[in-house]
Amino acid sequence: MFRRQFLSLALAGTLAATLAAGGSAPVSAADEKFIVVQSTTSTQNSGLFDHLLPIFKDKTGIDVRVVAVGTGQAIRNAANGDGDVLFVHARPAEEKFVAAGDGVKRHDVMYNDFVIVGPPSDPAGIAGSSDVVDALTRIAAAKAPFASRGDDSGTNKAELRLWKEAGIDVGAASGDWYRETGSGMGATLNTGTGMGAYIMTDRATWIAFGNKGDYTIAVQGDNRMFNQYGIILVNAEKHPNVKSELGQTFVDWVISEEGQAAIANYKVDGQQLFFPNAPAGS
Amino acid sequence: MQDFATTLGNAIGLILLGDADLIEIIALSLRVTLSAVVIACLIGLPLGALVGAFRFPGRAAVTVLLNALMGLPPVVVGLVVYLMLSAAGPLGPLRLLYTPTAMIIAQTILVTPIVAALTRQVIEDLHSEYAEQFASLGVGPLDRVAALLWDARYSLLTVALAGFGRAVAEVGAVIIVGGNINHVTRVMTTTIALETSKGNLELALALGVVLLAIAVIVNAAVMALRASAVRSAYA
Repeated sequence: MFRRQFLSLALAGTLAATLAAGGSAPVSAADEKFIVVQSTTSTQNSGLFDHLLPIFKDKTGIDVRVVAVGTGQAIRNAANGDGDVLFVHARPAEEKFVAAGDGVKRHDVMYNDFVIVGPPSDPAGIAGSSDVVDALTRIAAAKAPFASRGDDSGTNKAELRLWKEAGIDVGAASGDWYRETGSGMGATLNTGTGMGAYIMTDRATWIAFGNKGDYTIAVQGDNRMFNQYGIILVNAEKHPNVKSELGQTFVDWVISEEGQAAIANYKVDGQQLFFPNAPAGS
Repeated sequence: MQDFATTLGNAIGLILLGDADLIEIIALSLRVTLSAVVIACLIGLPLGALVGAFRFPGRAAVTVLLNALMGLPPVVVGLVVYLMLSAAGPLGPLRLLYTPTAMIIAQTILVTPIVAALTRQVIEDLHSEYAEQFASLGVGPLDRVAALLWDARYSLLTVALAGFGRAVAEVGAVIIVGGNINHVTRVMTTTIALETSKGNLELALALGVVLLAIAVIVNAAVMALRASAVRSAYA
């Protein structure tokens, strides 16, 4: 009698195996034209890619698969060869990436700017300021809570550079009024607004963000808060599986007149989020 | 919370209207999770049964290890699978990174210890009842395992459901190895994480309720199957 039961068990097992195989069969898409772009949360969360990629696909038939992580992680993923194009915003790190032979050439694409958002109570008295170093100094003096990404992203790097300019050692205040969330821009905005902290964010993410509460922009318009985006084709000489031709097509299109116009045309609530600035004729 | 009620209504409306994007995301969630659970059962059921039914040196250590692995942190599993599948990793040439297959691999690693550890306990308990009978009938080892697995099948369904619960709710591993790529590797949990990071909290929560409903439906379907099997067995 055990024999019969064993048989039916084996049958059930075979059935399950067939199911599993059938379930995972259509995963390979090798015949489809696609590239992987390592990029940042700000470009994805602001909706820019949802606007650009369909236009690019209509024109070229190339499907662009975006992995949106912090700039630090995007650069590391690309340096492992896990991507064809890198599209981020941390110029010194991008130049290092090219210098190390991981990237072919860096092109300026567009810019927006960082802003500091804060609660209506404005505990550091910085609302309306356009001097970011002065504002940070006041936040530190008032020990007003400040939520930092703390994740080695482009925004995090820019924020740390500004604290350094203000001569403030935020590491010493970490856990006190300086709070490192160690997560993406959106998560940090959710956390920061919840604890009444000031937060530095790129303007595009802020405009598109859906959970602003009663927060408004406190500091903006300082040249030091300029946020430049660059695009780099990953170097096939170092990473042989990179799809150079398709990747280059995407890079060329983004910095072309047509791609730049598409970037300028992207608006949320009537506001332009990114300002194209690729050198003409590139 | 009126906002939430409206958003939840909209989310359910999207499903009823067959919104292509949402259906695609739900379908991929189910495909990845169910594939992982089936593969985990193919490995975990026999493995757990062997450890549960037989005495061998180091058995206690294996049991402790299986139980401990139930607590594998998804992010760590995601990282390990990423490092394996990365172009710079040993399995890079397979080009599996950022595909649903990569997500199935990560979830299989997470679910297999749960299935194996719980199966071991179920089979060990049952074996203590059957041991004398097996001995007197002179049943061979393979037949023993088969008989134990068959007689414990209803308990083992619950074991599989525990694995399903872990997999369907998991986000840490699949977001690293899948990349949350729109129309390719975006599943319910990564969509919820994305909408949360966009500050669309009501939409994220509504999708969470939808995910919960899917889990309830899958569990109810399995329980209904089980009930009809029990009925026909005693009919």
